[in-house]
Amino acid sequence: MTRAKEILRTPTMVTFGALLLIIAAFSIMAPGLFNTPGNFLQLAQNVAILTVVSVGTTFVIITAGVDLSIPSGIVLGEVFAVHALEMVGGLDTQPGEVHIGYVFAALGGAILAGLSIGAINGIVVAYMKVPPLLATLGTLGAGLGVALILQNGVNTSTYALDPIGHGSWIAGVPNLIPIALIIVVAGYVLLHMAVFGRHTFAIGSNPEAARRVGINVERHLLKVYLIGGVTAGFAGFLSVAYFSTTSIGGHSTDNLQAVTAVALGGTSLFGGVGSIIGTLIGVWIPAVLKNGFVINGVQPYWQDVAVGLVLIVAVWLDQLRRRSRNRG
Amino acid sequence: MLEVRGINKSFGPVHVLRDVALTVRSGEVTALVGDNGAGKSTLVKCIGGIYPIDNGEILVDGKPVHIHSPRDAAGLGIEIVYQDLALCDNLDIVQNMFLGRERRRGIVLDEPSMEHLAEQTLASLSIRTVSSVRQAVASLSGGQRQTVAIAKAVLWNSRLVILDEPTAALGVAQTAQVLELVRRLADNGLAVVLISHNMNDVFAVSDRIAALYLGQMVAQVKTTEVTHAQVVELITSGKSGTIA
Repeated sequence: MTRAKEILRTPTMVTFGALLLIIAAFSIMAPGLFNTPGNFLQLAQNVAILTVVSVGTTFVIITAGVDLSIPSGIVLGEVFAVHALEMVGGLDTQPGEVHIGYVFAALGGAILAGLSIGAINGIVVAYMKVPPLLATLGTLGAGLGVALILQNGVNTSTYALDPIGHGSWIAGVPNLIPIALIIVVAGYVLLHMAVFGRHTFAIGSNPEAARRVGINVERHLLKVYLIGGVTAGFAGFLSVAYFSTTSIGGHSTDNLQAVTAVALGGTSLFGGVGSIIGTLIGVWIPAVLKNGFVINGVQPYWQDVAVGLVLIVAVWLDQLRRRSRNRG
Repeated sequence: MLEVRGINKSFGPVHVLRDVALTVRSGEVTALVGDNGAGKSTLVKCIGGIYPIDNGEILVDGKPVHIHSPRDAAGLGIEIVYQDLALCDNLDIVQNMFLGRERRRGIVLDEPSMEHLAEQTLASLSIRTVSSVRQAVASLSGGQRQTVAIAKAVLWNSRLVILDEPTAALGVAQTAQVLELVRRLADNGLAVVLISHNMNDVFAVSDRIAALYLGQMVAQVKTTEVTHAQVVELITSGKSGTIA
């Protein structure tokens, strides 16, 4: 097989090509509006939170699992963050005030929430052998319920996390962008360069083979769901930082968005195949479509239609690739 | 190299292995034969640490050892190549060969050194049928997969390689290739146990034949001293009038 054909057969490259095509089309349709550095920075900021959870979801899906409980991870992350702030008395921080201690308290709360939901998912999926679709559907509902109980059904606002959500450590670049980038790099190293990632691919590919070479499959799956939970909790922390409030009703489709991004990026829902770079591209496609439609005066709802179609095509291509490989 | 004495193993009321004894020597291929359900795979899994033994002894180089997990077995230089291969389709040859025992440099994988060692191992076994060690295993033929699985077992300075029906799903040419490889392992000084149903394979490569019948070891003989018919008799009835 020639190199060029090989690249064309890589789903990530196909998706990347699609993204470039979309960007090129919008740049021609709305020159000077769409293709400006400012617009791309705005886009990057908009997708930052979704990027963080999608990195975690990539690990989960590579094990042939799925994590539908992302919204509850995010919302519980938000709720635990503001409760932690309340405990240390930082909830009423005024805009402009910077208390780094409050930031860390909120971060700790959000991570704790993520770890809790990830641990439950992991134990239920890995040790109790409940299919991940239903296990995480259960924790999705239960987690959102707990969040509503803790909040009595109302949101809490706070400015304590403004330094994270609204500052620019790098001139002109909103903080959420470098934060998301750090998560992407960390995810890349862990998945593609470390033993942990290698074992994740192995378990998604053939759990029995992994077990026979001495990998503790259950413990590894638990860790993978912990990563999924922690990225969701951390996304909750970022969400509070960015919107200055919890949004207990505002994340209900984040799980589907993350799964869409991961699948668009060429990660196979059957496990064993996937990449962080692909996920990064997959996160951008829906966002660029929406942004481009708005700028061009098309009803933004077309984005949902377009993404749905693109998703089906992407998964279909993955199927074709698998079938031709199994024949070959 | 390996000696098994008086092993018993039951699954509930089913007594699968009864006082089984087996001696495996370095530099030899020992064929383990027996009908379906005779206990061949169970015996192998006991030696490989997948099943715990009820009682009996396993000795390596004359010393009693306790094998509780596949890692224990690997630590003693015992590697098993399973019938269903146990390779990860989506991983490439190098990744499969080092799975569970990856080399690291700091926190990241040491890919160049693993790739180099995998190539070396394949070359030392004169395996030339794979074009690149970075090929995904899914793209390999049955015979190539079997050679990768065997090479994986050899990579770890193993001293005893147990092959469970390595030619079961292969065509004629591929079978010959794999048998040649099995012979080469023994010629390189390893102890090899070959489980097989195929008498042609057994007589083609083995030095000794051990026959299991309903969980009992009914004979261990030199391959040159028996005929096809006698071995078939041992497998089907547990005895042969012409073998003492």
